[in-house]
Amino acid sequence: MIENLLIEIFIGITIASAPLIFAAIGELLVERSGVLNLGVEGMMIVGALLGFVVISHTGNPYLAVLAALVAGMMIASIFAFLTQFLLTNQVATGLALTLFGLGFAAFAGRDYTEVTIDLIGPIHIPILSEIPYIGPSLFSLNPLIYLAFFMVYLVWWFLFKTKQGLILRAIGDNHDAAHAIGHNVVLYRFMAILFGGAMAGLGGAFLSLVQVPIWGEGMTAGRGWIALGLVVFASWQPFRIILGAVIFGGITVLQLHAQGFDIRISAQYLSMLPYLATIVILVSLRMRLKNKTNRTVPNCLGRIFHSTT
Amino acid sequence: MSNRRFSSVLKLSILSVVLAFTGSVSADPVKAAFVYIGPTGDHGWTFAHDQGAKYVKEKMGDDVVITTVESVEENSDSERVITSLARKNDIIFTTSFGYMNPTVKVAKRYPDVKFEHATGYMLEDNLSVYSARFYEGRHVIGKIAGRMTKSNVIGYIASFPIPEVIRGINSAYLAAKSVNPDVSMKIVWVYTWYDPGKEADAANALIAQGADILMQHTDSTAPITVAEEKGIYAFGQASNMREWGPNAQLTGIIDDWGPYYLARVQAVKDGTWTSSDTFDGVKQGMVKFAPMNNNMPVDVKNEAMKAIIDLSMGAIHPFTGPINKQDGTPWLAEGETPPNFPDLLTMDFYVEGIDSKYPN
Repeated sequence: MIENLLIEIFIGITIASAPLIFAAIGELLVERSGVLNLGVEGMMIVGALLGFVVISHTGNPYLAVLAALVAGMMIASIFAFLTQFLLTNQVATGLALTLFGLGFAAFAGRDYTEVTIDLIGPIHIPILSEIPYIGPSLFSLNPLIYLAFFMVYLVWWFLFKTKQGLILRAIGDNHDAAHAIGHNVVLYRFMAILFGGAMAGLGGAFLSLVQVPIWGEGMTAGRGWIALGLVVFASWQPFRIILGAVIFGGITVLQLHAQGFDIRISAQYLSMLPYLATIVILVSLRMRLKNKTNRTVPNCLGRIFHSTT
Repeated sequence: MSNRRFSSVLKLSILSVVLAFTGSVSADPVKAAFVYIGPTGDHGWTFAHDQGAKYVKEKMGDDVVITTVESVEENSDSERVITSLARKNDIIFTTSFGYMNPTVKVAKRYPDVKFEHATGYMLEDNLSVYSARFYEGRHVIGKIAGRMTKSNVIGYIASFPIPEVIRGINSAYLAAKSVNPDVSMKIVWVYTWYDPGKEADAANALIAQGADILMQHTDSTAPITVAEEKGIYAFGQASNMREWGPNAQLTGIIDDWGPYYLARVQAVKDGTWTSSDTFDGVKQGMVKFAPMNNNMPVDVKNEAMKAIIDLSMGAIHPFTGPINKQDGTPWLAEGETPPNFPDLLTMDFYVEGIDSKYPN
C-alpha cells in the first residue's frame, strides 16, 4: 500500500511539474536570445482553451495538442511583432499580452464551461513498465510528460551543440556584436519567441487535456508567473528547469499529501520556499559574474535592439 | 399673440404633456449589482448566485437592471469594484466571505446605497448579512457518505478555515459517524476557493490515501471529475454537478438564492428595505438538494429523504448534544442545540472524533 502511495505521489508531482516544464523551457530559449517575455501566462491560457475546444469538437488528441501549439504561437507572434519590429518595451508588451490572453480566453471560452472531455491518459511502455516500483512510476506516465522531458533535452542540444544555438546565445549576450558580424538578430529572436509561445501553449493545454477534463477561465492560476521565476531559479540552464519544476510543482502536491497524513507544515511557508531559493540564486549569480560560466543572465535580456546599419 | 410666441407656447405645452405622460407610465427601475468571487462558469458557488440574479431578472423584468462582475479577487481590488458599483446602483450583493471589510468600508461611505454581504457577520444600517445553513446540507450528505463508504475514509477538500467551512466539516462528520461509528475523515486545505488544477491534485491525494467518497468546499467541478475518473463517489457542491460526475455524484447541495434576492430587491423598490441578518436553511428553501442518484441503495436514499423532510420541518438540528469539542471539553449537553451566535457563526473548533489537527 505504501509503494502505491509513493507511486501516486511521484505521478502527482510529474503532473504538477509538466506545465511548468513546458512553459519554462520555452521561456528559457526566449530569454537566452535576449528577450524577456512576460506574456507566458496569457499564452498558456489560450493554449489551454484552444486545445480543449479542438478535442471537444474532434476527439483527436494530436490535433488538440497541435492547436494548443498554434494558439500559443499566435499570441507570441503578436509579442514578437510588437517588440522586434515596432521596438516596444518588452516588459509592458508582455504584461499587456498576459492580460489580453486571460481576458480573451475567458470570453471565447464562455460556451465551453459545461463541456467535459476524455483526458489524454497515460501510456505504458511495454516491458519497461512491468519492472516493480520503477515501472509504474517512470515508464507509465502521460505521453505529454515524456514530451516535456524531450523538449528540455532538445533545447539543451540546440543551445549547446549546434551552431545556431551558439549564435542565439551570442545574440542574447551582445546583440550589437552579433549584428555587426552579420547575424540576423531579429530573425533569431522572432523564431525563439514563437517557440516560447508554442511551449507555453503546450503547458496550458496540459492543464485542460491531462489534469482536469474541464475548462475554466483563469485555470492556469498563475503558473505562467511561476514559470518565469523558474527560469531564473534554473539559472538559464535547461536541465535545471526539471529540478526547479519538480520543486515548485511538487511542493504543492507534497503539502497536500502531508495534510492527509496530518503532518502540519505551514502551507504558506512551503509556498514561499521556491521563491526564496530563487532570490538566493539571483544574489549568488551577481557574486559570480566575473567567472566564465553559462549560469549568468543573458547580458542583453530585455534590451531593445536597434540595428544601426 | 405673435406667431413666434404662439409657436413656443405650443411647443412648451406639447413638451410638458409628453413629459407628464411618460413620467406617470414608467418608474425608474431598481439597479442591482452582484460581485462574484469566481466565474459563473464554475458551475458551483458563483453559478448558483448568478442563477439567483437571473431569477430576479425573470420575475421583475424591466423593473430591475442587473449588473454582475465576475472573478473579483478578495483583496484591495474588491474595494475598487464595490465602490464603482456603489456610484450607480441601489443595492449591491457581495457574494464571498473575504469581501467583508471592503463592503463595510464602502457601505459607510455610501449610506444611501444598500449592501448585502454573503456569509459575513458585520452589520451596518445599510448593510445586511445573509447566509445559508449549508451545514444542514452537509448533515444529509454526511449520512449518505457514512453508509456508502467501504474504506471508511471520507475525503474532504476544504478551502479556508473560516466558521462556515468548519461548520460543514463538523456537521458532515457527525452525520456520517451517527450511521457508521468506524468512519474517519481526511481533510485537506487548499487555501483557494477556485483552482481546478489544485482541487484535482487534492482529490487525487485523498484518493491515494484511501478515501472512497469526496466532499468539497471549493467551487469548481474538478474534484467530481476526478471522482468519476477514479470510479468513486462524490457530492455536487452549491450546484447540481451530475453532468460532470454522472456515476460519481450521489446527490448535491444546491444553494437557492433566487427567492431571497427577489425579496431584497423588491424591498428596495418598495422602500421597505432594512438591515437584516438572514440565516436560512432547508426549511426556508435556501438549501436544496440535487435529485438522489440511482447509484445508491433504496434504504440509503430513504434515510436521506427522511433527513431532508425532518430538516424542512425543523424537527432535527444537525448539531444536537451530547457533543464535545476535539480536545474533549464539553460543548453541547444531551439534547441541547447551539445558538447562532457565538457557537455557529464563529465556530473555530473540530468536534470530538475528528483526528486531524485543527488548522491555524
